[in-house]
Amino acid sequence: MLEARQLETKLASLYKAGKIVGGVYLGKGQEAVSASLGGCLEWGRDIFAPLIRDQGGRSAFGEPIIDCTRTYLGSAEGPMRGRDGNIHRGRPTSGLPAMISHLGASVSVVSGMLLARRIKGELDGVVGATSIGDGGTSTGAFHEGLNAAAVEKLPLVVAVANNQFAYSTPNERQFACDDLLDRARGYGVEGHDVDGTDFLACLRTMAEAVDRARQGRGPQMVVARLLRLSGHGEHDDASYVPETVRSGPYGRDCMDIAAAQMVESGYADETEIESWREAVTDEVQRALATAQREPDPNPWDERWEARSTNLLTVTDP
Amino acid sequence: MSVAYVDAIREAQDHLLREDPRVFLYGQDISHFGGAFKATKGLAEAYPGRVLDSPISEDSMIGMAVGAALEGMRPIVEMQFADFSSIAFNQIVNQAGTHFYRTGVPVPLTVRLPSGGTPGSGPFHSQSMEAIYSHYPGLVVVTPATVADAYHMLIQAVSVDDPVIYCEHKFLYRWLKSSGIEGDGLPLGAARITRPGKHATIVTYSAMVHEAVRAADRMQEEGGWEIEVVDLRTVKPLDMDTVLASVARTGRLLALGEAFPWGGVTAEVVSRVSSEGFHLLDAPPKRFNSRDTPVPYHPKLWAAHRPTPETICLAMRELLSY
Repeated sequence: MLEARQLETKLASLYKAGKIVGGVYLGKGQEAVSASLGGCLEWGRDIFAPLIRDQGGRSAFGEPIIDCTRTYLGSAEGPMRGRDGNIHRGRPTSGLPAMISHLGASVSVVSGMLLARRIKGELDGVVGATSIGDGGTSTGAFHEGLNAAAVEKLPLVVAVANNQFAYSTPNERQFACDDLLDRARGYGVEGHDVDGTDFLACLRTMAEAVDRARQGRGPQMVVARLLRLSGHGEHDDASYVPETVRSGPYGRDCMDIAAAQMVESGYADETEIESWREAVTDEVQRALATAQREPDPNPWDERWEARSTNLLTVTDP
Repeated sequence: MSVAYVDAIREAQDHLLREDPRVFLYGQDISHFGGAFKATKGLAEAYPGRVLDSPISEDSMIGMAVGAALEGMRPIVEMQFADFSSIAFNQIVNQAGTHFYRTGVPVPLTVRLPSGGTPGSGPFHSQSMEAIYSHYPGLVVVTPATVADAYHMLIQAVSVDDPVIYCEHKFLYRWLKSSGIEGDGLPLGAARITRPGKHATIVTYSAMVHEAVRAADRMQEEGGWEIEVVDLRTVKPLDMDTVLASVARTGRLLALGEAFPWGGVTAEVVSRVSSEGFHLLDAPPKRFNSRDTPVPYHPKLWAAHRPTPETICLAMRELLSY
């Protein structure tokens, strides 16, 4: 969580300084939800398809932060080599698919990865997870994906961050059910509700959902209530969020709550938390400096080919 | 032994399931029911757990296939009709089509599209989608026109590391029969000279190959015209070497297709021949497609909507009289 917040704060500064082209999309205020999901998953065994506000989950799952800085800064050394940017990155053969911009599309991709493991006899103990927002649950892809996963009883966890606004559109223009959690019953999947600003509650809820999926109880849907503490992207000042909502319970910063919970539970004191902060600040600086030193992609060396195969070599095997 | 086109597709899938543990089939009504056209009949029983019925969810069907491909599988997705792949458009062109270029990781999956018109099928069970998918980078689009190609090109499609859109023509399913499935060994991306000639070239693909050959036979009887018919077999990428070599021999080109006329495969062929082989042409290249309306239901309207041997001959006479 700390790493995500520090890293994204730096990315926002670089964007404002004109050092990052395209968009910067922050998970500010959603770190507790995202990181608690990523932290319940194991790199090398599980699958995680993050969305745009999942730096916390990516870091907790095990994506090296150099992947993030390289992709945002367009380094030719990065996983996307300048061919795609910002949050559109992944390590698809290591259980970390690279998202496309079309919301809901990852639900079926993760399901297909799980289905493949089942056919290969390698599904035991595996969980696949993906994140989405309140707006993303309105897409056909989300519905089709979750329904199909439920039919196959796949060990899928879908974490819905209900951050009250899809870009600028509030919940009441997005869906008409009382609660997004109602949808879980409609899909025949188990639903979990959590206060997304409460770090310990998020940890408990995500652990419960991931465990249940691992035990073979089929897809799990977690709905976390919170507020995005930034714009949709750094180009957006979020002026559409009313002051009453900002100052309400959803407007609490999960980072402050997490720190207080650490101290209160005796897990760490202020000094230790400060030392963690310093450690991640160094790590973030190193990852940014490395990516900034690396070469841009070279259009003259680019292989302008979207297929991997020369078809004239393809005959009967 | 007589093998129908649809049987060749079934046999190819049987072969693939038997030989390659990475292959599985996913689609609507394809397991114990055997598919709307029986292209998977008996396969669910022969390969338990590898022929799976999907919900009516074309988007998630392709998303699932992409995910499975990432995990090393070779999924074959059956769209019940090519027309319904419009629901899966996003996953096909944006998820599957972009994947290799973006990440360096190919997604080997095959989408079977039961394509094209048959009498009485109407606007939503008759479409030809090959041009739409060819437009997008990252996809391979194949359009087999013969029983042997239906078999071999499906096996080759599954062996390719990239997403392949396999357009199988419904009109050929039962009507087109052959004594066997033995092929001529052409690689996937190569066109074929189906009927040699010297006065004009018809470049076409899928079911229109057969209409073109009929038209060419008539032109031969009628005036001794020797019309060359080129079967593209694969429309993305296009085998321009074979097309240009044929136009070099004949000097005249008709690009023929069953799809709608605006843009598309025939436009691409004419455009490329015009720019790459203008000097080879003795007459302005022609295009002939279906009409620019939805595919009509009534057999009489349908027969007048698509190119037929009669109307292809009209186009050929114009081309030859220039």
